[in-house]
Amino acid sequence: MKELFASASFAGAALTMLCFFIGSSIKDKFKSQVFNPILIAIITIITFLLITGIDYDTYNSGAKYISWFLTPATVSLAIPLYRQIERLKNNVFAILAGIFSGVVASAVGILALAVVFSLSHPEYVTLLPKSITSAIGMGVADELGGFSTITVPVIIITGIFGNITASAVLNFFKITNPIAKGLAIGTASHGTGTARAIELGEVEGAMSGLSIAVAGLMTVIVAQVFALLH
Amino acid sequence: MKYIKQLAIIVLVCFAGELVRYIVPLPVPGSIWGLVLMFILLVTGVIKLEKVEKTADFLVDCMPIMFVPGGVGLMRSWSTLKSMLPAAICSIVLVTPFVMLVTGKVTQKLIDRGDR
Repeated sequence: MKELFASASFAGAALTMLCFFIGSSIKDKFKSQVFNPILIAIITIITFLLITGIDYDTYNSGAKYISWFLTPATVSLAIPLYRQIERLKNNVFAILAGIFSGVVASAVGILALAVVFSLSHPEYVTLLPKSITSAIGMGVADELGGFSTITVPVIIITGIFGNITASAVLNFFKITNPIAKGLAIGTASHGTGTARAIELGEVEGAMSGLSIAVAGLMTVIVAQVFALLH
Repeated sequence: MKYIKQLAIIVLVCFAGELVRYIVPLPVPGSIWGLVLMFILLVTGVIKLEKVEKTADFLVDCMPIMFVPGGVGLMRSWSTLKSMLPAAICSIVLVTPFVMLVTGKVTQKLIDRGDR
């Protein structure tokens, strides 16, 4: 199995698609967000790799072509956003203020945890950019002297957690406006959350996509300020 | 050909985003600059919506699966993550819904006020 996987260039991609398809089928059957296709695929693949003894690099030599599309897909988020340009223009203050408040809320939350857990400064700045997209978050953590090798997995898990819990959290807090829903999801859980926002609707998806960029850029600055506080 | 032309435009904008990243000394990836560039190109009319729409919608639709390989990479992060696990878990489980609450409520309040 190991040798087959190492010599077959489509093995990693095929395994990823198969496991995602299984995850989608399970979700369709139970109609519950607990059965999240992304999470099911990740758990199934990790289990498979651990059982067969195939290492991550061998898997990723085929699977990386799927990740490669993440950049063109992120760029493509500009298209649903452009379709909402009127809504964007009419609410530009509410949108920017909403995202900014979320970026500050994330930093305040991490600061509170740093105090509660008495984290060291490098540990604190490691978690500071945890809500934003991983490439920016990794850069922010590095720049501030954090451990970006911890920042990245925390960001990834945040995204999956946001994707799974978004609907329940928004319902619980009675956030019903589609613009507010999209911004909330994107600001709290970047691209992986956005994948869920797209399923909720065109406006939600567009606004969530916008938040990935705006929250990411705002965090670059806000994190610098918050890094001075602990 | 339609799809190839559309994909070509998107890939060119991805590369343009990487160029911006190369020039601007901020920890911002090419994909984010590419998103900003594509939006500007659409707003200014340099690129017409129908020239990229079909392929872009397809890529956005496929987005969830693109997060899987990175997620599988978590199997390698366990040993580093372990060192600050309690704080990391709390940051994910508590701060994520808190950010959703604040962003959602503030936006919703401001939009409702504007409507009146």
